[in-house]
Amino acid sequence: MTITPSIKREYLAKLAGQGKREDDRGFDEFRPITIETNVISKAEGSARVKIGNTQVVAGIKMSVGEPYSDSPESGVMVTAAELIPLASPDFEAGPPREKAIELSRVVDRGIRESEVIELDKLCIEPKEKVWVVFIDIHIIDYDGNLFDAASLAALAALMTTTVPANNFEVGDDYPLPIKEPPVSCTSVKFNGNVVIDPSLDEEETAEARLTVATDQNGDIRAMQKGLNGSFTVDEIKKVINTSIDNGKKIREQLYKSVGK
Amino acid sequence: MTDEKREIVIPSQLLGETKDKRAGDGTFVEDGKIYSSLLGVLNIRQQFINVVPLKGRYEPSERDFVIGIVDIPMSSSWLVDINAPYPALLHVNEVPWDVEFGETEKYLNNGDCIMAKVLQVDQEKKLQITLNDRNLYKIKGGLLIDVEPSKVPRIIGKKGSMISLLKQYTKCRIFVGQNGRVWIDGDEQGIKKVIDTIKQIERESLSYGLTSKIEEMLKKEFKDV
Amino acid sequence: MKSDIKLFENGKRLDGRKPDELRNIKIETGVLHRAEGSCYLEWGGNKVIVAVYGPREAIPRHTQNPLRAIVNARYNMAAFSVDDRKRPGPDRRSREISKVISEALGHAIFLERFPRASIDVNIEVLEAEAGTRCAGLTAAGVALVDAGIPMRDIPVACAAGKIEGQVVLDLGKEEDNFGSADLPIAISPRTGEILLLQMDGHMTGDEFNTALDMAIKGCHTVSEIQKKAITEKYQKTEGD
Repeated sequence: MTITPSIKREYLAKLAGQGKREDDRGFDEFRPITIETNVISKAEGSARVKIGNTQVVAGIKMSVGEPYSDSPESGVMVTAAELIPLASPDFEAGPPREKAIELSRVVDRGIRESEVIELDKLCIEPKEKVWVVFIDIHIIDYDGNLFDAASLAALAALMTTTVPANNFEVGDDYPLPIKEPPVSCTSVKFNGNVVIDPSLDEEETAEARLTVATDQNGDIRAMQKGLNGSFTVDEIKKVINTSIDNGKKIREQLYKSVGK
Repeated sequence: MTDEKREIVIPSQLLGETKDKRAGDGTFVEDGKIYSSLLGVLNIRQQFINVVPLKGRYEPSERDFVIGIVDIPMSSSWLVDINAPYPALLHVNEVPWDVEFGETEKYLNNGDCIMAKVLQVDQEKKLQITLNDRNLYKIKGGLLIDVEPSKVPRIIGKKGSMISLLKQYTKCRIFVGQNGRVWIDGDEQGIKKVIDTIKQIERESLSYGLTSKIEEMLKKEFKDV
Repeated sequence: MKSDIKLFENGKRLDGRKPDELRNIKIETGVLHRAEGSCYLEWGGNKVIVAVYGPREAIPRHTQNPLRAIVNARYNMAAFSVDDRKRPGPDRRSREISKVISEALGHAIFLERFPRASIDVNIEVLEAEAGTRCAGLTAAGVALVDAGIPMRDIPVACAAGKIEGQVVLDLGKEEDNFGSADLPIAISPRTGEILLLQMDGHMTGDEFNTALDMAIKGCHTVSEIQKKAITEKYQKTEGD
């Protein structure tokens, strides 16, 4: 395991006390984001997202399967994220651990609960045949803030997905029906300071983490608080506001990168 | 100052023959031929062919001064990460304090940083370090940055010339571990300058006349302030 | 399954290649910030990324060898890398490929310099289109050099095979699916030693000789691309 030196914690805290961060960003400022789409031609949709040095690839595969019995006219979505040992000296091979499972579930919820994919339009034959959408997320390089990188990559991949109807002989290909997606922004707290888009160093000194997904109207669509520490109510309200502001900018960039 | 290029060599590259030259660091010999074993820079000194590595793990040697980060305190020793392939052992006999059995945590705990000296490297590469020497202690304040271990000699400079320059102009305290960790303490602007300059030295480590170039730069910047 | 498509006609292959022609190969080194060495490689429709960590103390402890380092190659295919989604995680095929790649790479490394250590080579196939083990091993060779690991050679791989009675280099997707033999090999290009050899299908002794010869030539061509990718990157950043 990589050990975080205690003087690093003290240094980050000292800087933060003066309103500064190690890489000169503001507390409410993201690192540069790049979004590339259609990076995997075997996938129905794909994207590579970089936030600073963090790098994530998401690929969408679709197949025809059976619906769940409680939603016989609805498509099915499955999200899986892998923290493969490629991305960090601290990630181990093997079945997904808690951290990877939390990541998959948070990304999944952000998409599922806001009905980004219009699953009701993915029915081929009620009770018999529906589309199954697999969202697979590969972490390639880990420098903090996987939540936002992973969910952004998943969204960009979904927004460029073509339903392979032709291949499955159920009609002509068409773009995956998508609604306006919420954008997720993660903040962490250390030594009483709250910063958005934590670098790995900041994440490793963090006591508490809060992910907020907001939509184009500035409404809140999903949240996840993590780690042992706590937030005050005021801090949470502030995090929501910076998440709305950053979410707006990121959404514009996302639309541009998928050609919408 | 010459601007001639330095030659980058890669493993398996033929560099010469043992009948003309001798195989130095970063090389190996097969059938009288000398090959590079590393990604590095070719350095021919008198009869020796050496390859100075560009990248790679720190390989500890006895008497190296290193910066360690304490990993696990055990009952009569600590396991310390010194950026080598293996953790190093620091025994309670090798520290300047009287440590009672089982009370190691009171003195050094996970995440604490120390300036240490490599005491022993055995056949199986089991490592031991010591704090029993001049100027070795637990680090307080400041910050650590990582550099390529192979570039440490450039950062220190000939007889410490580069590091003296940095200390003189930035008024920072700086300690460069042989293991690619650098500790810096001082005012914030100074620390920033040291970090930027060290990154520049790392980037341009192969260019000739680097020390004078850095001196010019520091002179200019600190006159402006 | 037999196909109706003609894999070889008028001296040309389905994708227009000559029998001894490689697909396009692009190699980039030092692409990841966290890994100690890394490489991104495109080979035809294959996209592979490799990260090297170590040498570091091998864990769990019982895997340690007191005399030398062990090489842990881990070949993994992304779920979206193939036509039908692959279930995440290792299967028997990827474990076998990991093993033969680990063994081939180990031969080229000065393992005795790092007793008790492991050198971890993570090979991620982002997109697969015939020949991923050769692509992965070739990228791993570059990533190991990039990690500063002492080596006696840079291993490289390439396959030859047989389609419709014709021996050809570097099978493409349809050739792999419908061809009659596949012979992936890896060599140590400086010494010519064979480090990996697998074969399936059906070849006569003569065909095998031709195929092996062709694959070795292919390895040497790929080896030049590997070396150029490393030297150019570092001559640019460090040499000028």
